[in-house]
Amino acid sequence: MSPDSSSRPTARAVAAEVRDGSRKALDVVEQHLAVIAAREPEIHAFNVVLADEARAAAVKIDEMVSAGEDPGPLTGVTVALKDNMCTRGVPTTCSSKILAGWLPPYDATVVHKLRDAGAIVVGKTNLDEFAMGSSTENSAFGPTHNPHDVTRVPGGSSGGSAASVAAGFTQVGFGSDTGGSIRQPAALCGVVGVKPTYGYVSRYGLIAFASSLDQIGPFTNSVEDAALMLDVIGGHDPLDSTSIPQQHPSLREAIQQDVTGLRIGRITDLPAGADADVVERLEVAFDTLRAAGATIVDVQVPAFTFGLTAYYLIAPAEASSNLARYDGVRYGMRVEAADTNAMYGVTRAAGFGEEVKRRIMLGTYALSAGYYDAYYGKALKVRRLISDDFERAYQHADALLTPTSPSVAFQFGAKGDNPLAMYLCDTYTIPSNLSGQPGMNVPFGTGAHGLPVGVQVLAGTLQEPTMFRVAAALERELSGGLQ
Amino acid sequence: MPEPDVPVRITPAAVAKVARLARLDVTADELQRMTAQLDGMLEHFADIDALDLSDVEPMTQPFPLANVFRADVVQPCLDRDEVLAVAPAAEDGRFRVPPIIGLEL
Amino acid sequence: MSEYDGLPGDWQLVIGLEVHVELATATKLFSASPNRFGDEPNTNIDPVTLGLPGALPVLNERAVELAMRIGLALNCTVRPCTFHRKNYFYPDMPKAYQVSQYDQPLNVDGFLDLPNGVRVGIERAHMEEDAGKSTHVGGTGGRVHGASYSLIDLNRAGVPLVEIVSRPDIHSADDARSYVNELRGILVAIGASDAKMEEGSMRVDANVSVHKPGAPLGTRCEIKNVNSVRSVGRAIEYEARRQIDLIESGEAVRQQTRHWDESDSRTHTLRSKEDADDYRYFLEPDLVPLVPSAEWIARVKASLPMLPAARRSRLADATGQPANSEAVTIVVERGQDEYVLSVGKSGGNSARALVYVKEAFADSPIVPAADLAALTQMEVSGALTATQAKIVLAELVANGGGDASAIAAAHGLEAIDASAIEKLVDEAIAADPDAWQKFCSGDAKAMGALVGLVMKASKGKADGKAVTALLQQRRS
Ligand SMILES: [Mg+2]
Ligand SMILES: [Zn+2]
Repeated sequence: MSPDSSSRPTARAVAAEVRDGSRKALDVVEQHLAVIAAREPEIHAFNVVLADEARAAAVKIDEMVSAGEDPGPLTGVTVALKDNMCTRGVPTTCSSKILAGWLPPYDATVVHKLRDAGAIVVGKTNLDEFAMGSSTENSAFGPTHNPHDVTRVPGGSSGGSAASVAAGFTQVGFGSDTGGSIRQPAALCGVVGVKPTYGYVSRYGLIAFASSLDQIGPFTNSVEDAALMLDVIGGHDPLDSTSIPQQHPSLREAIQQDVTGLRIGRITDLPAGADADVVERLEVAFDTLRAAGATIVDVQVPAFTFGLTAYYLIAPAEASSNLARYDGVRYGMRVEAADTNAMYGVTRAAGFGEEVKRRIMLGTYALSAGYYDAYYGKALKVRRLISDDFERAYQHADALLTPTSPSVAFQFGAKGDNPLAMYLCDTYTIPSNLSGQPGMNVPFGTGAHGLPVGVQVLAGTLQEPTMFRVAAALERELSGGLQ
Repeated sequence: MPEPDVPVRITPAAVAKVARLARLDVTADELQRMTAQLDGMLEHFADIDALDLSDVEPMTQPFPLANVFRADVVQPCLDRDEVLAVAPAAEDGRFRVPPIIGLEL
Repeated sequence: MSEYDGLPGDWQLVIGLEVHVELATATKLFSASPNRFGDEPNTNIDPVTLGLPGALPVLNERAVELAMRIGLALNCTVRPCTFHRKNYFYPDMPKAYQVSQYDQPLNVDGFLDLPNGVRVGIERAHMEEDAGKSTHVGGTGGRVHGASYSLIDLNRAGVPLVEIVSRPDIHSADDARSYVNELRGILVAIGASDAKMEEGSMRVDANVSVHKPGAPLGTRCEIKNVNSVRSVGRAIEYEARRQIDLIESGEAVRQQTRHWDESDSRTHTLRSKEDADDYRYFLEPDLVPLVPSAEWIARVKASLPMLPAARRSRLADATGQPANSEAVTIVVERGQDEYVLSVGKSGGNSARALVYVKEAFADSPIVPAADLAALTQMEVSGALTATQAKIVLAELVANGGGDASAIAAAHGLEAIDASAIEKLVDEAIAADPDAWQKFCSGDAKAMGALVGLVMKASKGKADGKAVTALLQQRRS
């Protein structure tokens, strides 16, 4: 598998061919199904592959094209959905035993939008249970393997979708990012991964982990594809009260502009801890952008370093409430007991995995009487500090550059059973979830063991156009051989 | 209940209470392990205790919006049979649960 | 008039009421399935109502408007507010949290004036969602205890509620009953709720404590499941006596939630407050703040109709009756006050019209105001006696209107004059001297016999009051 994504066909190219009739959607689907058949047993990207449904959808699209209709900008594009997005009549599990047997009676808004644009859903992908983790090892259905080295993790929690794109199972994957769950696996799998501004993409039908942090975003083989995907799935949804009520400018148009004159910030007080190979690639990225016409400026984000702490109070607190509905009453798993209260306790004990329980406990504790102010209340104030610090930094810089992940893909079990070691994977990604601002991973060459390294581009609220210009410039210079 | 300014060390009793609130049955083993882990994490949170946050407004919304409404218009409902078909237990068009005791409101 | 016995000795009663009302919207508070009572179980359901994974709430604008109407009708300040999650497990609460308003409610600091002049403070009137319904199968009488299992219907889950919390300003069971009555009248008048206690669209919880004058307030108990206005008074009365009995026998009242049982007219322990509630309230991250503009508040305020208290005093002014009289209260409660006023405007006598309407029209009056006005005129001018007027009224009601004087003529009804009555009175005394003797020696019953003779002889045309007056005059 090629470590850089440029050798894989882009969604834009596929859509163009299927749309103009030069290629059949069904052929596209069959090709991908063949790749899946060959490598899925060693990768385990999917919780379910929807081969028949994908073929049926492809046939319909081909019929539309022959009838002279336009199925939309994603005509014939194959997509993989993280298995925490509701799909009507198709199991949606969050990689948890507790949702066993559940068939959602409705589709997530994102799923509607993708289908309406002509995309074909090929499967639902594996994740850390309820999106809690950074390695996709915490799945009730077993881990996903990194296509670049199957002895290593793909990152997480959206590891299945990242692996699907990296392995060529689908052209595009969709994930959710609460603390880095799109960007970190994108970095470890060598693909583009974007977390947009909070409220840019509807959360309706995305099974909540932490409601004030969760955002859906794409995994793609190119920056342009990522722009295309956000142009399709972004925008206001009246079913999500936190969805930003405005039209977003086209990101595909934004990337036509180069980075001349942009100020790129280097965070001088960034928490240490990134491996040398990662730091080295980041330096090359700064040089690349300078060479492309940007200026590099120093900025400070002092509260950045408190992000992890605030996050590990806020996210579990919200999760403890969001996951209370898995009670064995209306859907999913139930362990029978003599009374309802006892049934709750045994069902939830049997249905949730270790990490989920740990976070439910932590979150319940942080919200409980007597501790709210000491923990949750303080974390919300730190969240404000981080947001204010970013705001100040963006007065001096149009975008910031950091590592995405402190390291390249690690081996299974490498983080052992110390939860904190795993949490450190998200040091660089978490602060922008707290501030609600966009961030994305751009694959930028390789590091140790020839594994992919990514850099993270961060921008201010709704500054996706600027972020994408920077990402496109990095991609362009990389494929131009500047490394 | 007092509002401790500086978080105290978490005890097995506190963890057991939290497990009850969260409706998570835990074994004695799990209780010991969780106590150790939560204690380790809460210790880590001491780094934000050093901050002076007295003048800081808590941030609850990543993107400030207000007054988001829906019109009072009925939309089609879900199909009861489709919903109850995947319920753990149903009877007479309703969800069936074991006797409700210990939960009186 | 009191239905209750009051408290023994000098015990004083302190009552605060929490009233939940379901709002008269078409849809749920946060989703678009119908808010409708009595449908087949689990048919008014959507992803939000079921608490399905991935579902998100969106606030119903009409529910906010109705909640503001309630606040403004109760003289509250309407203010910017937020929604919190109240976390607890119960099988009819699908998300395992109730979305409710916590430290920043929509309406605060109002009051409600009872007809007897007592002012009850309103602490807050906040918005929240209702839960579903559990039916207990097996065991005795559909109770939780002893049931072999329960069935959950979520049609009611997510129905918009306003919880109106009074200050502990109520000091008698009668006033509590009156508060609930008055509140219900207001809610119906402003179109916020149908406020039917029997259907559960209005539910009353009462916080009750007793203490001696000058002593600190006693420990309070909360009574739930009070399903009628009558039970409000009875449950409070029972609970107050229970607490007094405890204290007088040297025991302490424990803070408890108690359940009113209609079948045995007692309150029962539901749970002890000692296992402290820990609802882990936090701001609902799936919703955004609600900030009603001054312009919106003003518009809602301007659209409020005249409220029962003002209507009572208007009717009292027009009829010369006390504002808290039974007739005025009932006629306003039935919404017939406009009609009484229009009888007055059509040249009729408002005081007589009030009596007619109270007695003859259970529902909305169908007799044209002018026709009733003509009848009241005939009565007050002496052309008809009260008894005769009643006969004409019955015919007006039966025919949905008509010419009162024509009806009176057709029945040969006319009041006979004073000299004719005098003659008939003398004849009656002569006819029954026994009765006359008894009447003269103070037997009131004997007067009835004499009046009866006169009325019979006059074929009901004599005015009963005039006959009585004449008899008393003759005796003295
Ligand atoms: Mg209450
Ligand atoms: Zn309430």
